[in-house]
Amino acid sequence: MCVVVPPRLHNDRTPRAASSAPPRLTLRHIDSTYTERGHSVQALQDISFDIADGEFVALIGPSGSGKSTLLDIVAGLFAQTGGDVALDGAVVATRERLGAAAYMRQRDLLLPWRTALDNAALALEVHGHDRREARQLALDRFPEFGLAGFERAWPAQLSGGMRQRVAFLRTVLTERPLLLLDEPFGALDALSRVALQSWLLDLWERERQAVLLVTHDVDEAIFLADRVVVLTPRPGRIAHIEAIALPRPRHREIVTSAAFLQHRAALLDALGLLAPATGGTA
Amino acid sequence: MNASPWGRTLARWVWPAAILALLLIGWEVAVRLTNVPAWQLPPPSAIARSFVSDHALLWKHTIVTLKEVALGFSLALVAGLLVGIAIDASPILERAIYPLIIASQTIPMVALAPLLLIWFGYGLLPKVLVTALVCFFPIAVNTVDGLRVADREMLSLLKSMGASSWQQFRLVKCPASLPSIFTGARIAIAFSVIGAVFGELVGASAGLGYLMQRSAAQFQTARLFAAIVILSALGVGLFALVSLLERILLPWRRFVTDEA
Repeated sequence: MCVVVPPRLHNDRTPRAASSAPPRLTLRHIDSTYTERGHSVQALQDISFDIADGEFVALIGPSGSGKSTLLDIVAGLFAQTGGDVALDGAVVATRERLGAAAYMRQRDLLLPWRTALDNAALALEVHGHDRREARQLALDRFPEFGLAGFERAWPAQLSGGMRQRVAFLRTVLTERPLLLLDEPFGALDALSRVALQSWLLDLWERERQAVLLVTHDVDEAIFLADRVVVLTPRPGRIAHIEAIALPRPRHREIVTSAAFLQHRAALLDALGLLAPATGGTA
Repeated sequence: MNASPWGRTLARWVWPAAILALLLIGWEVAVRLTNVPAWQLPPPSAIARSFVSDHALLWKHTIVTLKEVALGFSLALVAGLLVGIAIDASPILERAIYPLIIASQTIPMVALAPLLLIWFGYGLLPKVLVTALVCFFPIAVNTVDGLRVADREMLSLLKSMGASSWQQFRLVKCPASLPSIFTGARIAIAFSVIGAVFGELVGASAGLGYLMQRSAAQFQTARLFAAIVILSALGVGLFALVSLLERILLPWRRFVTDEA
């Protein structure tokens, strides 16, 4: 079965699609097992959740809980051993999911032989825009990403935060309705991290793609997401799903609010980080 | 420290140039003082005179050698790239061809050159082939290495964008392999002049190797030295040319300090 996800702009200001529309992403009973040195390792077990259009979902869990594996599965880079992945309500086979979502990893993965501008335009070129057109589309958004004046810089000349913003621009320019972000701020220092989180939130308020964000930072998850999915240690199962009831648009001050701290307590508990005896259960 | 790039380049060459000048002066003085006959060791001034009086002859044979080098290197470049790409693309070819290519390097060129002479005669072709054989190995091996070092995560990023195999090759593997290919090309170009001259020494009627052999037989030692100077200048010049080409084609390399 082949579903072509048309590239489209998401400038509509409606916060959420009508509830009758199928979710952007549906995961149904996803299992993932791989073999390592002759031993079969179960990375994920029975993962089921949806992401609606325009919804921001964060995925947290201890390392080894299969968070990145799950993103690889959704992106079509890795086949699940059981369960279905549906995009816009239709089940899509692994290889046909390639290119359907915009995927960004912790490493910026900028190509060192391309200028900042050409890196930002990369995904557009892959999707068949001609080079001139792709560059123009990227150039138009350089100021918005705080990159004006660095169009012709090589990646090696940019700071970590700027490189990450170029990678973000490359991801956003794909105009895919689903963003997969794998610890996009993980390699940055604390200050750049906080600045980029607010910046990402601003960007997302305007574009409103569906987002699946992997992070190991509880505060980051609460600050950004509508819902936070907590995974258990290997094999990763869903331990808890926390709906974040903080109003939008959110500003940095919110991290000191009582509601924020309550969410934080619930999530730390679900991760088993509060009470030593009781692990979190859904 | 804060000198301009030109100033730094100049500073790098000042000392070697000074040493060379001292050596030449010492050589000139020593020859004049000891009265060594010119056919045994001509003074630098005699070699310089040979450049002037024999310039037509030297030029003619230089062109022949340069042609052999250019053709041989180009042939090796095309063949090396194609074989390297094929080996990278096909695991079967890798297992079948790669060990053979490496084993072939143990066959000394001294043994192959006379064979090529028997098969292809005294003309241009056997010299071109010797040059190409010498250049082929570093280019092919460095092409394979270069294609292999392509970042797996970058490739999977391209894959996640829905890129075809051709797009992955064109946008990631090919540019990622260029630094390594240039390394191979620099090694090859340094070998190429030696290869061409060696081919000429085995049997030729033109070229710097032939001229050297003839000059030696006639005790035209100053001319022999002139040919040697041209040969090394040729080697250095071609090497510099490849390096310059690398700087122009891979401008980003100047800023990459570590392979992150």
